[in-house]
Amino acid sequence: MAQTVIDTANHIAAYAAKAARVQVIAAYPITPQTSIVERIAELVESGELDAEYIRVESEHSAMAACIGAAATGVRTFTATASHGLVLMHEPLHWASGSRLPIVMPVVNRALGPGWNIWADYTDSMSQRDTGWMQFYCADNQEVFDTIIQAYKLCENERVLLPVMICLEGFILSHTYMPVKIPDQEKIDDFLPPYKPKWFLDVNNPLSHANILSPDWYMEFRYMMQEAMENAKQLIPEIDKEYGKYFGFEHGGLIEKYKCEDADLILLTMGTMGSEAKITVNNLRNEGLKVGSARVRVFRPFPKEEIRKLAENTQMFAIIDRGISFGMEGFLAEETKASLCNQKDQPLIAGFIAGLGGRDVTFKTIEKIAKKSLQWMRRGRVEKETVWVDLRK
Amino acid sequence: MELTKFMRSIKELSKEEYLLRGHTACAGCGAAIGLRLLFKALGNKVILVVPACCSSVIPGPYPYTSFAVPVQNIIFEATGATASGVVAALRKRGVKDVTVVGWAGDGGTFDIGIQALSGAAERETDFIYICYDNEAYGNTGIQRSGATPYGAWTTTTPTGKKERKKNMPWIMAAHRIPYIATACPSYPLDFIKKLRKAKEIRGTKFIHLLSPCPTGWRYDTSKTVEIGRLAVQTGMWTLFEIEYGKFRLNSPSSRLVDKTRRKPVREYLKLQGRFRNLTEEGIEKIQEWIDEDWERYRKLDSNQYV
Repeated sequence: MAQTVIDTANHIAAYAAKAARVQVIAAYPITPQTSIVERIAELVESGELDAEYIRVESEHSAMAACIGAAATGVRTFTATASHGLVLMHEPLHWASGSRLPIVMPVVNRALGPGWNIWADYTDSMSQRDTGWMQFYCADNQEVFDTIIQAYKLCENERVLLPVMICLEGFILSHTYMPVKIPDQEKIDDFLPPYKPKWFLDVNNPLSHANILSPDWYMEFRYMMQEAMENAKQLIPEIDKEYGKYFGFEHGGLIEKYKCEDADLILLTMGTMGSEAKITVNNLRNEGLKVGSARVRVFRPFPKEEIRKLAENTQMFAIIDRGISFGMEGFLAEETKASLCNQKDQPLIAGFIAGLGGRDVTFKTIEKIAKKSLQWMRRGRVEKETVWVDLRK
Repeated sequence: MELTKFMRSIKELSKEEYLLRGHTACAGCGAAIGLRLLFKALGNKVILVVPACCSSVIPGPYPYTSFAVPVQNIIFEATGATASGVVAALRKRGVKDVTVVGWAGDGGTFDIGIQALSGAAERETDFIYICYDNEAYGNTGIQRSGATPYGAWTTTTPTGKKERKKNMPWIMAAHRIPYIATACPSYPLDFIKKLRKAKEIRGTKFIHLLSPCPTGWRYDTSKTVEIGRLAVQTGMWTLFEIEYGKFRLNSPSSRLVDKTRRKPVREYLKLQGRFRNLTEEGIEKIQEWIDEDWERYRKLDSNQYV
């Protein structure tokens, strides 16, 4: 029988690792990720999770150990946040370039200075070019489901790239919500054991990651781009299949809510997407045609879906919990890039909100929507990037 | 355990070669001799973890390799950590007859990789870590490392290094690992026996292999074995083991405790262009340090705790 538990997203992530029957975990503690690695330690030491657990001495080593384990052919898991993630930057590239299907929750947290332990997407966004796939979750159920889906996706021979499961620090990581955990038997059926095509094996001695000259390097990088394109196809399929098995779907690449007839679409990620739905309902009650589209997968970026959304709407209001300094919000950048060369582009306004854990509620989003609607009616965006609730 | 238990004569060695022809090491490379001996000693049931170093170049470029064992190349500072992952995964797979070997240079051990090595040792990771030490960043063109000796020219110490070399075996001894040994390719039997012994011991084993480097040390490529011998004969390099904390000198170093039996260090230094700018004073200083070290070895030998 499926079981409903009420727990934090961090503990749920640990249960998902157990349900995925991960074989090697290498991890280092960092706020607000700690309760993932603590709960995993309990699961391993109680014997509930039959895995090797390497308590490494840094995040750099966590990823380096995951690379060693995954290359030796086992299902591998780690988790990190913020400064830990950026310390991992170098091995992140090595993991994806080695085509190793590692799954890693990233509990999104701001980067210092000054020290700030609260939610912000700059940590994972600054890793967007590492060749890792990136999912952004809106609730605890999605965290569980996406971890299971992620193994199915990344172990697929057409993909073989690692995955970050991003969830906002404290907003999800430390918030209790009810989550349905399916029967283990059914999960095993959905996600069979990992069968690597190649691994470090004395009976078949291969050299992994040796020198790659200019004569070959581009081909290997092209294969990574192809893998990302394949993933773009597979993600909605796997999400649907998961839905058939367990009753939960999360929208594939983008979760759309009342977008069909919307004049204005609120483009968000993570928990801001949940809040945006409430905003949409409230504004619809006022007779305003507003919809919400939550970008669930940032890498591979759902360009085509964004284009489809753009065809039938007048305006995007894009809310980013992070900024690329000197440019604009990450999602705003990527959305605009996706629409290049398209006819009849909608107006686009970017909003920076919720940095360093500042609250973004449905009311904040309502303000954003109303300002955007005003601009939409005037047919002109007065400010490309608005910093929401900024002290002057 | 006496080393003689593991081998008496070089004739007992396998004729199999796992360092294949066509590798790209420099002529006279001490590390290449070390690799050949490593494979001969342990056979091919070995998984090698190699960080950025000369040995990431020695196998040659994709799609070729001159190593006939599985190799995981890894980023510079990560040997200890990646080896930990391999060891854990092998245990999970139930593979028991494979030895995991970290094979890293001195930069990847003394400097950038010391954290991952320290972590792996503290976690009692069951693997052999070999630092092949050519006393500089050789692959990038001979820059100073924490292993470069006092007075040596490198491209980043053009007038000679002003500081002493780190004492890496002692750093590892402070980790209380079960086995630490020094070696040199000029004494192949000693190195092979130590590898075989390390293979029998559970936990982290650290072997520090002095690897003479004609390119960086500025000597004739035909002199690698001779330079290695002189390093030992002058006492600049010492063959010893620290087994479960107990120190023991190995032959021929064990016969050199009496200072009169050691050649003056000058004989070792003068053959190498990298020491060309050493002053008389500098040479005397190095000789004094050697004698001081040997006073310590005398007290520890045999079987005293480090």
